[in-house]
Amino acid sequence: MRRVYLDNNATTPVLPEVQEAMRPYFGEHFGNASSIHHHGQETRAAVENARESVAKLLGCRESEVVFTSGGTESDNLAIAGLAAPGDHIITSSIEHHAVLHACKHLEENGCEVTCLPVDGRSLVDPDDVRRALRPNTKLISIMMANNETGVLQPVEEIGKIAAEADVYFHTDAVQAAGKVPIDVAKIGCDALSISGHKIHAPQGTGALYVRKGTHLQPLFYGGRHERSRRAGTENVPGIVGLGKAAELALQGFVRGDNQTMAALRDRLQQGILAQVDEAGVNGEGAPRVPNTANIYFDHIEGEALVIALDLKGLAVSTGAACSSGAIEPSHVLTAMGLRADRARASIRFSLGKQSTAEDIEFALALVPETVARLRELSPVYRKAAISS
Amino acid sequence: MSDAKTIAVAMSGGVDSSTVAAMLRAEGHNVIGLTMQLWNQRRLAGHEGMPESVQGRCCSLDDVYDARRVAEHIGIPYYVVNHEERFERDVVRPFVEEYLSGRTPIPCSLCNNHLKFDQLLIVAQQIGAERVATGHYARVAYDDARGRWLLKRPADHSKDQTYFLFGLTQEQLSRTLFPLGEMTKPEVRELARKHGLALAEKPDSQEICFVPGGDYKRFIDAYLADQGESLPDTAGELVTTSGEVIGEHSGIHNFTVGQRKGLGVATGSPLYVIQISGADKQVVVGGEENLYSRTLRARRINLIAVDDLREPMRVTVKIRHRHEPAPAVIEKVADDEILATFDEPQRAITPGQAAVFYDGDVVVGGGWIA
Repeated sequence: MRRVYLDNNATTPVLPEVQEAMRPYFGEHFGNASSIHHHGQETRAAVENARESVAKLLGCRESEVVFTSGGTESDNLAIAGLAAPGDHIITSSIEHHAVLHACKHLEENGCEVTCLPVDGRSLVDPDDVRRALRPNTKLISIMMANNETGVLQPVEEIGKIAAEADVYFHTDAVQAAGKVPIDVAKIGCDALSISGHKIHAPQGTGALYVRKGTHLQPLFYGGRHERSRRAGTENVPGIVGLGKAAELALQGFVRGDNQTMAALRDRLQQGILAQVDEAGVNGEGAPRVPNTANIYFDHIEGEALVIALDLKGLAVSTGAACSSGAIEPSHVLTAMGLRADRARASIRFSLGKQSTAEDIEFALALVPETVARLRELSPVYRKAAISS
Repeated sequence: MSDAKTIAVAMSGGVDSSTVAAMLRAEGHNVIGLTMQLWNQRRLAGHEGMPESVQGRCCSLDDVYDARRVAEHIGIPYYVVNHEERFERDVVRPFVEEYLSGRTPIPCSLCNNHLKFDQLLIVAQQIGAERVATGHYARVAYDDARGRWLLKRPADHSKDQTYFLFGLTQEQLSRTLFPLGEMTKPEVRELARKHGLALAEKPDSQEICFVPGGDYKRFIDAYLADQGESLPDTAGELVTTSGEVIGEHSGIHNFTVGQRKGLGVATGSPLYVIQISGADKQVVVGGEENLYSRTLRARRINLIAVDDLREPMRVTVKIRHRHEPAPAVIEKVADDEILATFDEPQRAITPGQAAVFYDGDVVVGGGWIA
């Protein structure tokens, strides 16, 4: 069966060039990057080259890049590392759970947390950020791009507010990296999280940008790796992969890959909406990353649509999976004010660098017919059809 | 287009449904494994009397893990579908309300009617499976003479689950498979071993899946607290069958018909709960002889083997899960009400339980005891 993967906001395949770059660091160059000898020097150089590539992607100094195990660790390190009991934190209701649950943990341990609402397009109002400031506000953590809708937040405005108030600003850029150019100076952030596996590097890799001079409390203790900000022997092959992926992402911007991807995404979105009525885009009207389309199909259960499409070879997703693998109502769509049934009827399509025009045509041939079938078999839809 | 050969298996993570999946797969069917996420066991964790963590029960992570491992082992696609909202609305809430009204509910029947053979059938059809197989011990067959789908007791009467399945409609039965209907439990375990299922020796689950430890009173307290509701005051008088008030009781939901212990009164002869009156919050007690009754009225009737009950019919009637069906005559006395008259008086006929009518092994139908 042909399988098409349009769930790149969940994870992306490791690109062949990235795999190639990593390969020597499993066997041939195996040294501990902290070792003095030749083997250590080889891998140290590889780690620092990767750091240089990541720094270029983010527009920062190499010394400001801390390698981590991924987006979740980067978010936790930034939040727990910058706020302490007694401090006030401002975040938003549509953050990833890595941010929300880290804030909740701090709240239970003596921090105050303000969770800002969003509008119907899932945008945070910078004025709300300003109004939420308190004398003890220490940190603002607002994401750059949302994982479910792809909507880009006004981070530059929020960065200015943070700077004026002399408050730390962290942004979770896990879903923005590689999709839109990032410049930490323009954003004005003090910390920024990225994840390797969302940009075609392996799972278990990530980085946190920490502005020079920012005092960051580490999450765990050990050796003085990563300038004492992240103890533990470096994951050299992973870091090399992340560096290569960052390099490829930058080259992509130069080539205009993001415009190509946006055109494919728009073709998918328009093609679906042209064939399916009572459907629409969540986050419509807001700036979005070029790879994401979150679409609601009224009168269906998104869960059943995801399963039906998977059985026919198309991988997409809905909401967030809970620990059992069942789907829970999306906190993002709910925060945007979507009715519960519409939130459950929403599906996320997300493209990757490997996505092709054929993939989009495959999806366009499958989605409308599957939605029609689901509606035909839905008691809710039949009832709505009879009453209208 | 759905493929008639595609079968969805409702997998609970237990031996029975896992074996069903393995059997059907081995027979060459296109099998999809589905587990219904019905209740978050952690939701009431931390409330008084509720365990901090719950293992080995319906919808626990362990059961989902077991079901998923079986699906991986036999090589079928597997999905967890979330029906927590419906389960709470159609099973948990009515369960609590029935107890608070002085009745003794059976959530498993409600779950079968509203979730397993309703929502799951819909999902199955939507994803291309016309039929759903479960691990219930029961048999289903089409009867040409009557032109109806029949539900029958399984070959192994000791595992009979038809009592919980009396609410199935013709449409639901036509799309249901019970592959274990001809087998005994030891045979199922043997087959599980043969298919190399790691959970072949997993113990059977006995209790109500969402009530940890089987303590429904604590569950009701915890559930209402979680809902921000207070337990309604259902305390009242303890009266004898002749109407004499002999004491007070703590709340009608703490009692069930036939109960002997915990009445809080000491008398010469043993006392039993004979009747619970929700309207005036009275618990009627009396001697054991008062527990016996020759008739019951059942409402919210579902008929399976016949389309209507036009004249009295001789059947056997089962009034609780662990009850040997007793001979009786049933007759329709109102539009949605059946009167059953037993040959011999039956002990502790309990409102809220089901009365299921059998003609030999065939389930004629059933209703809820009023």
